[in-house]
Amino acid sequence: MSFLQVDNLVTRYGAITALQGVSLRVEEGEIVTLIGANGAGKTTLLRTLSGILRPATGAITFRGENITPWQTDRIVRAGIVQSPEGRLVFRGMSVRENLQLGAYTRRDRDEIAKDMGHVFELFPRLKERLNQSAGTLSGGEQQMLAIGRALMSRPKLLMLDEPSLGLAPLLVREIFRIVEEINREGVTVLLVEQNARQALAIAHRGYVLQTGQVVMEDTAAALAQNEVVRKAYLGG
Amino acid sequence: MQEFLQQVINGIAWGGVYALIALGYTMVYGVLRLINFAHGDVYMFGAFMAFYASMWIGPRVTGVGGVVLVILFAILASVALGVVIERFAYRPVRHHPRLTALITAIGVSLLLENGGQQVFGADPQPFPSLFGSAEPIQIGGLIIVRSIVYILVCTTALLLLLQYIVMYTRFGKAMRAISQDPTAAALMGINIDNVITATFALGSALAAAAGLLVASYNPQIDPYMGLLPGLKAFAAAVVGGIGSIPGAVIGGLVLGLAEVFVGASAYGDWREAIAFALLIVILLVKPSGLLGTGIVEKV
Repeated sequence: MSFLQVDNLVTRYGAITALQGVSLRVEEGEIVTLIGANGAGKTTLLRTLSGILRPATGAITFRGENITPWQTDRIVRAGIVQSPEGRLVFRGMSVRENLQLGAYTRRDRDEIAKDMGHVFELFPRLKERLNQSAGTLSGGEQQMLAIGRALMSRPKLLMLDEPSLGLAPLLVREIFRIVEEINREGVTVLLVEQNARQALAIAHRGYVLQTGQVVMEDTAAALAQNEVVRKAYLGG
Repeated sequence: MQEFLQQVINGIAWGGVYALIALGYTMVYGVLRLINFAHGDVYMFGAFMAFYASMWIGPRVTGVGGVVLVILFAILASVALGVVIERFAYRPVRHHPRLTALITAIGVSLLLENGGQQVFGADPQPFPSLFGSAEPIQIGGLIIVRSIVYILVCTTALLLLLQYIVMYTRFGKAMRAISQDPTAAALMGINIDNVITATFALGSALAAAAGLLVASYNPQIDPYMGLLPGLKAFAAAVVGGIGSIPGAVIGGLVLGLAEVFVGASAYGDWREAIAFALLIVILLVKPSGLLGTGIVEKV
Protein backbone atom coordinates (compact mmCIF):
# COMPACT_ATOMS: atom_id res chain seq x y z
CA MET A 1 0.00 0.00 0.00
CA SER A 2 1.35 3.40 -0.93
CA PHE A 3 1.76 6.34 1.44
CA LEU A 4 -1.03 8.16 -0.37
CA GLN A 5 -3.20 6.29 -2.79
CA VAL A 6 -5.95 7.85 -4.86
CA ASP A 7 -8.31 5.53 -6.70
CA ASN A 8 -10.74 6.58 -9.39
CA LEU A 9 -11.55 9.92 -7.84
CA VAL A 10 -14.52 11.73 -9.37
CA THR A 11 -15.31 15.28 -8.21
CA ARG A 12 -18.10 17.40 -9.62
CA TYR A 13 -19.03 21.06 -9.43
CA GLY A 14 -22.72 20.92 -10.17
CA ALA A 15 -22.99 19.66 -13.72
CA ILE A 16 -19.26 19.90 -14.43
CA THR A 17 -17.14 16.86 -13.71
CA ALA A 18 -13.75 18.33 -12.82
CA LEU A 19 -12.07 15.04 -11.93
CA GLN A 20 -13.06 12.12 -14.13
CA GLY A 21 -11.62 9.16 -12.29
CA VAL A 22 -8.14 10.16 -11.20
CA SER A 23 -5.83 7.49 -9.78
CA LEU A 24 -2.34 8.17 -8.50
CA ARG A 25 0.00 7.28 -5.70
CA VAL A 26 2.68 9.03 -3.67
CA GLU A 27 5.34 7.06 -1.83
CA GLU A 28 6.86 8.18 1.44
CA GLY A 29 9.80 10.54 0.95
CA GLU A 30 9.01 11.38 -2.67
CA ILE A 31 8.41 14.62 -4.46
CA VAL A 32 5.61 13.90 -6.90
CA THR A 33 4.55 16.60 -9.28
CA LEU A 34 1.27 17.07 -11.00
CA ILE A 35 1.50 19.09 -14.17
CA GLY A 36 -1.23 20.20 -16.50
CA ALA A 37 -2.81 23.22 -18.09
CA ASN A 38 -5.20 25.63 -16.44
CA GLY A 39 -8.48 23.90 -15.72
CA ALA A 40 -7.01 20.40 -15.90
CA GLY A 41 -8.25 19.72 -12.37
CA LYS A 42 -5.04 20.08 -10.38
CA THR A 43 -6.45 22.41 -7.74
CA THR A 44 -9.69 20.43 -7.62
CA LEU A 45 -7.66 17.33 -6.84
CA LEU A 46 -5.80 18.99 -3.97
CA ARG A 47 -9.02 20.44 -2.60
CA THR A 48 -10.61 17.02 -2.71
CA LEU A 49 -7.62 15.48 -0.96
CA SER A 50 -7.94 18.10 1.78
CA GLY A 51 -11.64 17.41 2.25
CA ILE A 52 -12.77 20.84 1.09
CA LEU A 53 -14.54 19.27 -1.85
CA ARG A 54 -16.37 15.97 -1.57
CA PRO A 55 -15.72 13.37 -4.24
CA ALA A 56 -18.75 11.77 -5.88
CA THR A 57 -16.99 8.43 -6.07
CA GLY A 58 -13.53 7.03 -5.55
CA ALA A 59 -11.27 6.52 -2.58
CA ILE A 60 -8.38 8.30 -0.89
CA THR A 61 -6.16 6.15 1.29
CA PHE A 62 -3.46 7.67 3.47
CA ARG A 63 -1.04 5.41 5.34
CA GLY A 64 -3.45 2.52 5.05
CA GLU A 65 -6.54 4.41 6.24
CA ASN A 66 -9.52 5.31 4.10
CA ILE A 67 -9.77 9.07 4.66
CA THR A 68 -12.29 9.80 1.90
CA PRO A 69 -15.15 10.83 4.21
CA TRP A 70 -13.00 12.73 6.72
CA GLN A 71 -13.47 16.42 7.51
CA THR A 72 -10.67 18.82 6.66
CA ASP A 73 -9.51 19.31 10.24
CA ARG A 74 -9.12 15.57 10.74
CA ILE A 75 -7.16 15.27 7.49
CA VAL A 76 -4.83 18.04 8.63
CA ARG A 77 -4.36 16.28 11.97
CA ALA A 78 -3.49 13.10 10.10
CA GLY A 79 -0.66 15.02 8.40
CA ILE A 80 -1.95 16.06 4.97
CA VAL A 81 -1.50 19.81 4.74
CA GLN A 82 -1.56 22.19 1.82
CA SER A 83 -0.29 25.57 0.88
CA PRO A 84 -3.27 26.53 -1.25
CA GLU A 85 -3.53 28.20 -4.62
CA GLY A 86 -3.52 31.97 -4.21
CA ARG A 87 -1.69 31.50 -0.88
CA LEU A 88 -4.73 32.45 1.20
CA VAL A 89 -2.68 33.98 3.98
CA PHE A 90 -4.70 35.69 6.71
CA ARG A 91 -4.14 39.20 5.45
CA GLY A 92 -5.38 41.04 8.52
CA MET A 93 -3.20 39.03 10.87
CA SER A 94 0.50 39.32 11.56
CA VAL A 95 3.12 36.99 10.12
CA ARG A 96 3.55 35.54 13.60
CA GLU A 97 -0.17 34.87 13.97
CA ASN A 98 -0.29 33.24 10.55
CA LEU A 99 2.48 30.88 11.57
CA GLN A 100 0.80 30.19 14.91
CA LEU A 101 -2.39 29.29 13.08
CA GLY A 102 -0.35 26.87 10.99
CA ALA A 103 0.44 25.08 14.24
CA TYR A 104 -3.21 25.13 15.30
CA THR A 105 -3.47 21.34 15.63
CA ARG A 106 -0.47 21.18 17.94
CA ARG A 107 -0.12 21.83 21.68
CA ASP A 108 3.63 21.35 22.19
CA ARG A 109 4.67 24.97 22.74
CA ASP A 110 8.40 24.39 22.87
CA GLU A 111 8.44 22.36 19.70
CA ILE A 112 6.25 24.94 17.97
CA ALA A 113 8.74 27.66 18.89
CA LYS A 114 11.53 25.49 17.54
CA ASP A 115 9.68 24.90 14.27
CA MET A 116 9.04 28.62 13.92
CA GLY A 117 12.78 29.11 14.25
CA HIS A 118 13.26 26.56 11.49
CA VAL A 119 10.80 28.37 9.22
CA PHE A 120 12.87 31.53 9.75
CA GLU A 121 15.99 29.62 8.73
CA LEU A 122 14.26 28.64 5.50
CA PHE A 123 12.72 32.07 4.96
CA PRO A 124 14.76 34.74 6.79
CA ARG A 125 12.56 37.41 5.22
CA LEU A 126 9.62 36.26 7.34
CA LYS A 127 11.53 36.91 10.53
CA GLU A 128 12.08 40.52 9.52
CA ARG A 129 8.36 40.89 8.88
CA LEU A 130 7.23 39.04 12.01
CA ASN A 131 4.88 41.70 13.35
CA GLN A 132 3.73 43.05 10.02
CA SER A 133 0.26 42.10 8.84
CA ALA A 134 0.37 39.49 6.10
CA GLY A 135 -1.60 41.69 3.70
CA THR A 136 1.33 44.11 3.50
CA LEU A 137 3.78 41.44 2.29
CA SER A 138 4.88 41.16 -1.32
CA GLY A 139 3.61 38.23 -3.39
CA GLY A 140 6.83 36.30 -2.89
CA GLU A 141 6.80 36.87 0.85
CA GLN A 142 3.18 35.76 1.03
CA GLN A 143 4.13 32.57 -0.78
CA MET A 144 6.93 31.98 1.73
CA LEU A 145 4.47 32.59 4.53
CA ALA A 146 1.95 30.15 3.06
CA ILE A 147 4.61 27.43 2.82
CA GLY A 148 6.02 28.25 6.26
CA ARG A 149 2.52 28.19 7.72
CA ALA A 150 1.90 24.75 6.23
CA LEU A 151 5.20 23.50 7.66
CA MET A 152 4.21 24.65 11.15
CA SER A 153 1.79 21.73 11.40
CA ARG A 154 4.65 19.27 10.85
CA PRO A 155 3.03 17.73 7.80
CA LYS A 156 3.71 14.20 6.69
CA LEU A 157 2.49 15.04 3.21
CA LEU A 158 2.90 18.64 2.09
CA MET A 159 0.82 19.65 -0.91
CA LEU A 160 1.88 22.81 -2.69
CA ASP A 161 -0.52 24.41 -5.15
CA GLU A 162 1.32 26.57 -7.70
CA PRO A 163 3.98 27.90 -5.35
CA SER A 164 5.73 29.71 -8.21
CA LEU A 165 2.67 31.52 -9.56
CA GLY A 166 3.29 35.20 -10.16
CA LEU A 167 6.81 35.25 -8.74
CA ALA A 168 9.97 36.67 -10.30
CA PRO A 169 12.26 34.00 -11.84
CA LEU A 170 14.92 34.41 -9.16
CA LEU A 171 12.36 33.88 -6.44
CA VAL A 172 10.91 30.87 -8.27
CA ARG A 173 14.29 29.14 -8.18
CA GLU A 174 14.59 29.99 -4.50
CA ILE A 175 11.20 28.50 -3.72
CA PHE A 176 11.99 25.28 -5.61
CA ARG A 177 15.32 25.00 -3.83
CA ILE A 178 13.52 25.26 -0.49
CA VAL A 179 10.94 22.66 -1.52
CA GLU A 180 13.82 20.28 -2.20
CA GLU A 181 15.31 21.09 1.17
CA ILE A 182 12.01 20.46 2.95
CA ASN A 183 11.81 17.11 1.17
CA ARG A 184 15.33 16.19 2.22
CA GLU A 185 14.27 16.82 5.79
CA GLY A 186 11.80 13.98 5.40
CA VAL A 187 8.55 15.61 4.22
CA THR A 188 6.78 13.94 1.34
CA VAL A 189 5.71 16.52 -1.24
CA LEU A 190 2.90 16.62 -3.78
CA LEU A 191 3.67 19.58 -6.01
CA VAL A 192 1.13 21.08 -8.38
CA GLU A 193 2.74 23.32 -10.97
CA GLN A 194 2.28 25.03 -14.28
CA ASN A 195 6.00 25.66 -14.30
CA ALA A 196 6.61 22.10 -15.47
CA ARG A 197 10.28 22.52 -16.23
CA GLN A 198 11.26 23.46 -12.68
CA ALA A 199 8.82 21.02 -11.13
CA LEU A 200 10.18 18.09 -13.13
CA ALA A 201 13.72 19.15 -12.26
CA ILE A 202 13.19 18.57 -8.54
CA ALA A 203 10.53 15.81 -8.56
CA HIS A 204 11.06 12.07 -8.46
CA ARG A 205 7.93 11.20 -10.40
CA GLY A 206 5.23 13.07 -12.18
CA TYR A 207 1.69 12.86 -13.50
CA VAL A 208 0.20 14.80 -16.36
CA LEU A 209 -3.39 15.82 -15.81
CA GLN A 210 -5.61 16.77 -18.71
CA THR A 211 -9.32 17.65 -18.48
CA GLY A 212 -9.70 15.79 -15.22
CA GLN A 213 -7.82 12.65 -16.19
CA VAL A 214 -4.30 11.35 -15.72
CA VAL A 215 -2.96 11.01 -19.26
CA MET A 216 0.66 10.23 -18.44
CA GLU A 217 2.67 8.95 -15.52
CA ASP A 218 6.41 8.38 -15.30
CA THR A 219 9.62 9.30 -13.53
CA ALA A 220 10.26 13.02 -13.66
CA ALA A 221 13.36 12.51 -15.77
CA ALA A 222 11.44 10.48 -18.35
CA LEU A 223 8.61 13.01 -18.48
CA ALA A 224 11.07 15.83 -19.02
CA GLN A 225 12.41 13.95 -22.06
CA ASN A 226 8.99 12.94 -23.37
CA GLU A 227 8.19 14.51 -26.73
CA VAL A 228 4.51 15.18 -25.97
CA VAL A 229 5.25 16.73 -22.59
CA ARG A 230 8.01 18.86 -24.09
CA LYS A 231 5.68 20.20 -26.75
CA ALA A 232 2.69 20.80 -24.52
CA TYR A 233 4.21 21.89 -21.21
CA LEU A 234 7.86 22.78 -21.68
CA GLY A 235 7.51 25.11 -24.63
CA GLY A 236 9.08 22.72 -27.17
CA MET B 1 -19.96 71.22 33.34
CA GLN B 2 -21.02 68.73 36.00
CA GLU B 3 -24.20 68.04 34.15
CA PHE B 4 -22.14 67.45 31.04
CA LEU B 5 -19.75 65.02 32.76
CA GLN B 6 -22.62 63.16 34.29
CA GLN B 7 -24.18 62.74 30.88
CA VAL B 8 -20.89 61.56 29.43
CA ILE B 9 -20.67 58.90 32.13
CA ASN B 10 -24.23 57.79 31.43
CA GLY B 11 -23.51 57.75 27.73
CA ILE B 12 -20.44 55.58 28.18
CA ALA B 13 -22.35 53.19 30.43
CA TRP B 14 -25.19 52.76 27.93
CA GLY B 15 -22.65 52.62 25.14
CA GLY B 16 -20.93 49.77 26.96
CA VAL B 17 -24.20 47.88 27.15
CA TYR B 18 -24.84 48.37 23.43
CA ALA B 19 -21.28 47.30 22.76
CA LEU B 20 -21.78 44.05 24.69
CA ILE B 21 -24.80 43.21 22.57
CA ALA B 22 -23.30 44.51 19.33
CA LEU B 23 -20.28 42.24 19.81
CA GLY B 24 -22.53 39.20 19.56
CA TYR B 25 -23.90 40.40 16.22
CA THR B 26 -20.52 41.26 14.84
CA MET B 27 -18.73 38.07 15.95
CA VAL B 28 -21.44 35.83 14.54
CA TYR B 29 -21.44 37.86 11.34
CA GLY B 30 -17.68 37.40 11.20
CA VAL B 31 -17.78 33.61 11.26
CA LEU B 32 -21.09 32.97 9.49
CA ARG B 33 -21.95 36.11 7.49
CA LEU B 34 -25.30 35.91 9.24
CA ILE B 35 -27.21 38.62 11.10
CA ASN B 36 -28.49 36.73 14.11
CA PHE B 37 -31.74 38.58 14.71
CA ALA B 38 -32.51 36.34 17.68
CA HIS B 39 -29.56 37.84 19.54
CA GLY B 40 -31.63 40.53 21.31
CA ASP B 41 -33.90 37.80 22.63
CA VAL B 42 -30.95 36.03 24.22
CA TYR B 43 -30.44 39.27 26.12
CA MET B 44 -34.06 39.07 27.31
CA PHE B 45 -33.61 35.39 28.16
CA GLY B 46 -30.57 36.22 30.30
CA ALA B 47 -32.61 38.69 32.35
CA PHE B 48 -35.43 36.17 32.85
CA MET B 49 -33.03 33.42 33.86
CA ALA B 50 -31.57 35.73 36.49
CA PHE B 51 -35.09 36.57 37.64
CA TYR B 52 -36.01 32.90 38.15
CA ALA B 53 -32.63 31.98 39.56
CA SER B 54 -32.82 34.69 42.17
CA MET B 55 -36.32 33.54 43.19
CA TRP B 56 -34.88 30.09 43.83
CA ILE B 57 -31.37 30.87 44.99
CA GLY B 58 -32.17 34.11 46.84
CA PRO B 59 -33.81 32.50 49.89
CA ARG B 60 -31.22 29.71 50.01
CA VAL B 61 -27.88 31.41 49.47
CA THR B 62 -27.44 34.89 50.85
CA GLY B 63 -24.83 37.54 50.27
CA VAL B 64 -22.39 37.88 47.43
CA GLY B 65 -22.26 34.11 46.85
CA GLY B 66 -25.95 34.09 45.98
CA VAL B 67 -25.59 36.96 43.51
CA VAL B 68 -22.65 35.25 41.84
CA LEU B 69 -24.65 32.04 41.53
CA VAL B 70 -27.60 33.90 40.01
CA ILE B 71 -25.35 35.62 37.47
CA LEU B 72 -23.54 32.39 36.61
CA PHE B 73 -26.79 30.52 36.15
CA ALA B 74 -28.27 33.24 33.93
CA ILE B 75 -25.16 33.38 31.77
CA LEU B 76 -24.80 29.61 31.44
CA ALA B 77 -28.49 29.21 30.58
CA SER B 78 -28.16 31.87 27.88
CA VAL B 79 -25.02 30.24 26.53
CA ALA B 80 -26.98 27.00 26.28
CA LEU B 81 -29.79 28.81 24.44
CA GLY B 82 -27.33 30.39 21.98
CA VAL B 83 -25.68 27.05 21.29
CA VAL B 84 -29.04 25.33 20.79
CA ILE B 85 -30.18 28.08 18.38
CA GLU B 86 -27.01 27.67 16.32
CA ARG B 87 -27.15 23.89 16.31
CA PHE B 88 -30.81 23.41 15.48
CA ALA B 89 -31.83 26.56 13.62
CA TYR B 90 -28.77 27.89 11.77
CA ARG B 91 -26.57 24.87 11.14
CA PRO B 92 -29.16 23.03 9.02
CA VAL B 93 -29.44 26.04 6.69
CA ARG B 94 -25.76 26.98 6.67
CA HIS B 95 -25.18 25.90 3.10
CA HIS B 96 -28.41 27.36 1.83
CA PRO B 97 -28.70 30.86 0.36
CA ARG B 98 -28.05 33.60 2.89
CA LEU B 99 -31.62 34.83 2.69
CA THR B 100 -32.80 31.50 4.08
CA ALA B 101 -30.59 31.92 7.14
CA LEU B 102 -31.74 35.51 7.61
CA ILE B 103 -35.41 34.52 7.53
CA THR B 104 -34.63 31.67 9.92
CA ALA B 105 -33.06 34.19 12.30
CA ILE B 106 -36.18 36.36 12.22
CA GLY B 107 -38.26 33.24 12.83
CA VAL B 108 -36.17 32.25 15.85
CA SER B 109 -36.55 35.76 17.22
CA LEU B 110 -40.33 35.65 16.88
CA LEU B 111 -40.38 32.20 18.43
CA LEU B 112 -38.41 33.37 21.47
CA GLU B 113 -40.53 36.48 21.93
CA ASN B 114 -43.86 34.71 21.62
CA GLY B 115 -42.63 31.60 23.38
CA GLY B 116 -41.37 33.88 26.13
CA GLN B 117 -44.82 35.36 26.42
CA GLN B 118 -46.29 31.89 26.88
CA VAL B 119 -43.70 30.68 29.36
CA PHE B 120 -42.78 33.83 31.28
CA GLY B 121 -46.13 35.60 30.90
CA ALA B 122 -46.79 38.84 29.06
CA ASP B 123 -46.82 41.08 32.15
CA PRO B 124 -43.64 42.84 33.15
CA GLN B 125 -41.92 41.23 36.12
CA PRO B 126 -40.07 43.13 38.84
CA PHE B 127 -36.37 42.38 38.56
CA PRO B 128 -34.67 41.77 41.91
CA SER B 129 -31.99 44.20 43.00
CA LEU B 130 -28.91 42.05 42.59
CA PHE B 131 -26.47 44.68 43.68
CA GLY B 132 -28.04 45.74 46.96
CA SER B 133 -28.38 49.38 47.93
CA ALA B 134 -29.73 51.76 45.33
CA GLU B 135 -28.04 54.77 46.98
CA PRO B 136 -26.31 56.89 44.35
CA ILE B 137 -22.56 57.26 44.61
CA GLN B 138 -20.95 60.65 44.96
CA ILE B 139 -17.59 61.29 43.38
CA GLY B 140 -16.47 64.89 43.72
CA GLY B 141 -19.51 66.86 42.69
CA LEU B 142 -20.86 64.03 40.51
CA ILE B 143 -23.80 61.96 41.62
CA ILE B 144 -23.92 58.66 39.84
CA VAL B 145 -26.64 56.07 40.11
CA ARG B 146 -25.17 52.94 41.64
CA SER B 147 -26.26 50.58 38.90
CA ILE B 148 -24.59 52.85 36.33
CA VAL B 149 -21.35 52.31 38.24
CA TYR B 150 -21.88 48.55 38.11
CA ILE B 151 -22.61 48.76 34.41
CA LEU B 152 -19.40 50.72 33.83
CA VAL B 153 -17.26 48.35 35.87
CA CYS B 154 -18.75 45.17 34.45
CA THR B 155 -18.73 46.23 30.80
CA THR B 156 -15.14 47.45 31.06
CA ALA B 157 -14.05 44.16 32.63
CA LEU B 158 -15.96 42.12 30.04
CA LEU B 159 -14.61 44.12 27.12
CA LEU B 160 -11.04 43.67 28.37
CA LEU B 161 -11.62 39.96 28.86
CA LEU B 162 -13.08 39.70 25.37
CA GLN B 163 -10.13 41.58 23.91
CA TYR B 164 -7.82 39.07 25.55
CA ILE B 165 -9.84 36.08 24.29
CA VAL B 166 -10.04 37.37 20.73
CA MET B 167 -6.43 38.48 20.42
CA TYR B 168 -4.46 35.92 22.37
CA THR B 169 -6.30 32.65 22.82
CA ARG B 170 -6.31 29.75 20.41
CA PHE B 171 -10.07 30.08 20.02
CA GLY B 172 -9.83 33.83 19.38
CA LYS B 173 -7.27 33.35 16.67
CA ALA B 174 -9.35 30.61 15.10
CA MET B 175 -12.40 32.87 15.14
CA ARG B 176 -10.51 35.69 13.43
CA ALA B 177 -9.05 33.26 10.92
CA ILE B 178 -12.51 31.99 9.99
CA SER B 179 -13.87 35.49 9.57
CA GLN B 180 -11.00 36.32 7.20
CA ASP B 181 -11.04 33.15 5.14
CA PRO B 182 -13.05 30.07 6.13
CA THR B 183 -11.34 27.82 3.57
CA ALA B 184 -7.85 28.76 4.69
CA ALA B 185 -8.95 28.37 8.31
CA ALA B 186 -10.16 24.83 7.62
CA LEU B 187 -6.82 24.08 5.97
CA MET B 188 -5.11 25.01 9.25
CA GLY B 189 -6.96 22.13 10.89
CA ILE B 190 -9.51 24.38 12.59
CA ASN B 191 -12.80 22.62 13.24
CA ILE B 192 -15.15 25.28 11.88
CA ASP B 193 -18.27 23.87 13.54
CA ASN B 194 -16.71 23.98 16.99
CA VAL B 195 -15.52 27.53 16.58
CA ILE B 196 -18.93 28.68 15.36
CA THR B 197 -20.57 27.03 18.37
CA ALA B 198 -18.09 28.70 20.71
CA THR B 199 -18.73 32.05 19.01
CA PHE B 200 -22.45 31.75 19.70
CA ALA B 201 -21.66 30.77 23.29
CA LEU B 202 -19.44 33.79 23.81
CA GLY B 203 -21.87 36.22 22.16
CA SER B 204 -24.76 34.84 24.22
CA ALA B 205 -22.80 35.20 27.45
CA LEU B 206 -22.17 38.87 26.67
CA ALA B 207 -25.81 39.44 25.75
CA ALA B 208 -26.97 37.82 28.99
CA ALA B 209 -24.56 39.99 30.97
CA ALA B 210 -25.99 43.05 29.21
CA GLY B 211 -29.54 41.87 29.99
CA LEU B 212 -28.70 41.51 33.68
CA LEU B 213 -27.05 44.89 33.90
CA VAL B 214 -29.88 46.73 32.19
CA ALA B 215 -32.49 44.92 34.25
CA SER B 216 -30.69 45.88 37.44
CA TYR B 217 -30.90 49.52 36.34
CA ASN B 218 -34.43 49.43 35.06
CA PRO B 219 -35.97 46.61 37.11
CA GLN B 220 -38.84 45.61 34.86
CA ILE B 221 -38.47 42.73 32.47
CA ASP B 222 -40.80 41.38 29.82
CA PRO B 223 -40.46 39.00 26.87
CA TYR B 224 -40.17 41.86 24.38
CA MET B 225 -37.47 43.75 26.24
CA GLY B 226 -34.80 42.45 23.85
CA LEU B 227 -36.44 43.73 20.68
CA LEU B 228 -35.45 47.41 20.73
CA PRO B 229 -32.02 47.06 22.39
CA GLY B 230 -31.29 44.23 19.94
CA LEU B 231 -32.15 46.37 16.92
CA LYS B 232 -30.23 49.32 18.31
CA ALA B 233 -27.16 47.22 19.05
CA PHE B 234 -27.40 45.81 15.53
CA ALA B 235 -27.39 49.39 14.25
CA ALA B 236 -24.36 50.08 16.46
CA ALA B 237 -22.56 47.06 15.01
CA VAL B 238 -23.23 48.29 11.46
CA VAL B 239 -22.20 51.83 12.36
CA GLY B 240 -18.91 50.52 13.73
CA GLY B 241 -18.44 48.17 10.78
CA ILE B 242 -20.15 44.79 10.94
CA GLY B 243 -17.62 42.03 11.45
CA SER B 244 -15.17 44.37 13.19
CA ILE B 245 -14.80 43.75 16.93
CA PRO B 246 -13.33 47.16 17.82
CA GLY B 247 -16.00 48.58 15.50
CA ALA B 248 -18.76 47.09 17.62
CA VAL B 249 -17.35 48.72 20.73
CA ILE B 250 -16.96 52.09 19.04
CA GLY B 251 -20.40 51.85 17.42
CA GLY B 252 -21.89 51.03 20.82
CA LEU B 253 -20.19 53.97 22.51
CA VAL B 254 -21.18 56.37 19.73
CA LEU B 255 -24.77 55.23 20.05
CA GLY B 256 -24.78 55.41 23.87
CA LEU B 257 -23.41 58.94 23.90
CA ALA B 258 -25.69 60.08 21.08
CA GLU B 259 -28.76 58.74 22.88
CA VAL B 260 -27.90 60.38 26.17
CA PHE B 261 -27.18 63.75 24.60
CA VAL B 262 -30.22 63.71 22.35
CA GLY B 263 -32.27 62.63 25.36
CA ALA B 264 -31.00 65.57 27.39
CA SER B 265 -31.54 68.07 24.58
CA ALA B 266 -34.64 69.84 23.41
CA TYR B 267 -35.20 66.98 20.99
CA GLY B 268 -35.43 64.41 23.78
CA ASP B 269 -38.34 62.65 22.09
CA TRP B 270 -35.99 61.48 19.37
CA ARG B 271 -33.83 59.50 21.73
CA GLU B 272 -35.18 56.13 20.62
CA ALA B 273 -34.78 57.02 16.96
CA ILE B 274 -31.20 58.20 16.98
CA ALA B 275 -29.79 54.67 16.54
CA PHE B 276 -31.63 54.30 13.26
CA ALA B 277 -30.77 57.81 12.13
CA LEU B 278 -27.11 56.96 12.70
CA LEU B 279 -27.62 53.72 10.78
CA ILE B 280 -29.08 55.54 7.80
CA VAL B 281 -26.37 58.20 7.82
CA ILE B 282 -23.54 55.65 7.96
CA LEU B 283 -25.10 53.56 5.19
CA LEU B 284 -25.21 56.66 3.02
CA VAL B 285 -21.77 57.99 3.87
CA LYS B 286 -19.61 54.95 4.60
CA PRO B 287 -21.57 51.71 4.13
CA SER B 288 -18.72 49.56 5.46
CA GLY B 289 -18.98 51.32 8.82
CA LEU B 290 -16.52 53.41 10.80
CA LEU B 291 -13.90 50.65 11.09
CA GLY B 292 -15.13 48.39 8.31
CA THR B 293 -12.69 47.71 5.53
CA GLY B 294 -15.29 46.89 2.94
CA ILE B 295 -15.73 43.45 1.51
CA VAL B 296 -13.18 42.36 -1.03
CA GLU B 297 -15.04 40.21 -3.48
CA LYS B 298 -12.80 37.67 -5.07
CA VAL B 299 -12.92 37.39 -8.83
